[in-house]
Amino acid sequence: MTAAALEVRGLEKHYPGTARGAVHALRGVDLRVEPGEFFALLGPNGAGKTTLINILAGLVHASAGQAFVQGFDVRRDYREARGHLGVVPQELVFDPFFNVREALRLQSGYFGLRNNDAWIDELLERLGLTANAGTNMRRLSGGMKRRVLVAQALVHKPPVIILDEPTAGVDVELRQSLWAFVRELNGQGHTILLTTHYLEEAESLCQRVAVLKEGRIVALAKTGELLSGAASLEQAFMRILSNEASQ
Amino acid sequence: MTGFWTLFGKEVLRFWKVIMQTVAAPVLTALLYLLVFSHALQGRVEVYPGIAYSAFLIPGLAMMSVLQNAFANSSSSLIQSKITGNIVFSLLAPLSNLEFFAAYLLAAMLRGVIVGLGVLAVGAVFADLGLAHPVWVLVWLLIAAAAFAAVGILAGIWADKFDHLSGVQNFVILPLTFLSGVFYSIHSLPPFWLAVSHANPVFYMIDGFRYGFFGVGDVSPWLGLAVALPFTLTLCGIAWLMIARGYKLRG
Repeated sequence: MTAAALEVRGLEKHYPGTARGAVHALRGVDLRVEPGEFFALLGPNGAGKTTLINILAGLVHASAGQAFVQGFDVRRDYREARGHLGVVPQELVFDPFFNVREALRLQSGYFGLRNNDAWIDELLERLGLTANAGTNMRRLSGGMKRRVLVAQALVHKPPVIILDEPTAGVDVELRQSLWAFVRELNGQGHTILLTTHYLEEAESLCQRVAVLKEGRIVALAKTGELLSGAASLEQAFMRILSNEASQ
Repeated sequence: MTGFWTLFGKEVLRFWKVIMQTVAAPVLTALLYLLVFSHALQGRVEVYPGIAYSAFLIPGLAMMSVLQNAFANSSSSLIQSKITGNIVFSLLAPLSNLEFFAAYLLAAMLRGVIVGLGVLAVGAVFADLGLAHPVWVLVWLLIAAAAFAAVGILAGIWADKFDHLSGVQNFVILPLTFLSGVFYSIHSLPPFWLAVSHANPVFYMIDGFRYGFFGVGDVSPWLGLAVALPFTLTLCGIAWLMIARGYKLRG
């Protein structure tokens, strides 16, 4: 059997000792995303989406269970797993010491790539950043910083790309250009995992959808199947959550 | 190795871009110590026969600057990256734990050594330092820089806010360096404080470094090496282990 692009088995995560007491963020999650899929991971705030992504990315260690990227265990084979993954984090983070091109060159270097300027130039062009290549990260608007985060996730042309709410707080123009670019990458065979609260984006882009609630997968189906009997993915999503709440 | 060199280069660029703050300012601070103390004590204190007090003082000040700046580099870089969140860029990358550790350690050592050499260069204008055992000078420069670069990694990872880091700096680093014979020979101390000084690894670093210049010290540099080298390797080992386990780095 071909290795899944992303796979988690029996994934558990406890965060001990927070102000609200211990948090059980993931409760035995099993999920498999196939190579080449455009997959949506949806759920209300606090459902565990970012925790799941952070475990796949190696930013958080699971309390139990296993996670794989392209068949590589994120703990045991962490270098291979990370090398195959590009992540656009949800938080708007940047290093204030560097300009856009320097940030992208550094990110290339971390992934073992020297002389990556041809691809960096293409990323800058595709994401509308060429005019800002020499601008310090501090001077960029929020939307521009978001574009740089996308470019940083793609510098090593990863086969699997995770976008954690990439269009939160960005203008229509960037959304359109970003989705055109991501569709193109998906068309070239890149696997995409998307989390978003804009459900119309997931509906138009993704082939399959998983809904996470309180650390459990409560729905997993092809987008068309979830939409049956519902006017939109948003309506289907609300129905799933209310069904869960009444159980 | 490209990943390692990139992270190392990034850490060096980080302090190089603000060189006035990270290199020039600590050299100036050491120079002010030198001017004030040597003006106050020159001619009144002779720690070793034939060696002027200002000459005695300079290697101690240089070593104190090495320690403080090696610590400052790794600790401030890590806590800033943690607090602003940009540490994810290196945590997401396929860098080995050893590469991550070595990049932060060596960049911090480099800053410590540059500042230390800067203090020596400026100090040489004011006093004849000599260079009795250059190999010992180099050995102690590297050991001390490595030890406090590792302490900086430990503190930078452990600290949740700048206040924690400031606590380590003011309640650990500063007393260790000031009570280690930078400004005096520990043989001038009462027996109790003499014994306390012998338990301070920084004392051996400063004394050994000074031995490299003058060929005399309070203890044999070999005894110092027997204390300071295991101390440094232990600190490096703990820092590497914290990184390998993802302590406070990987949730």
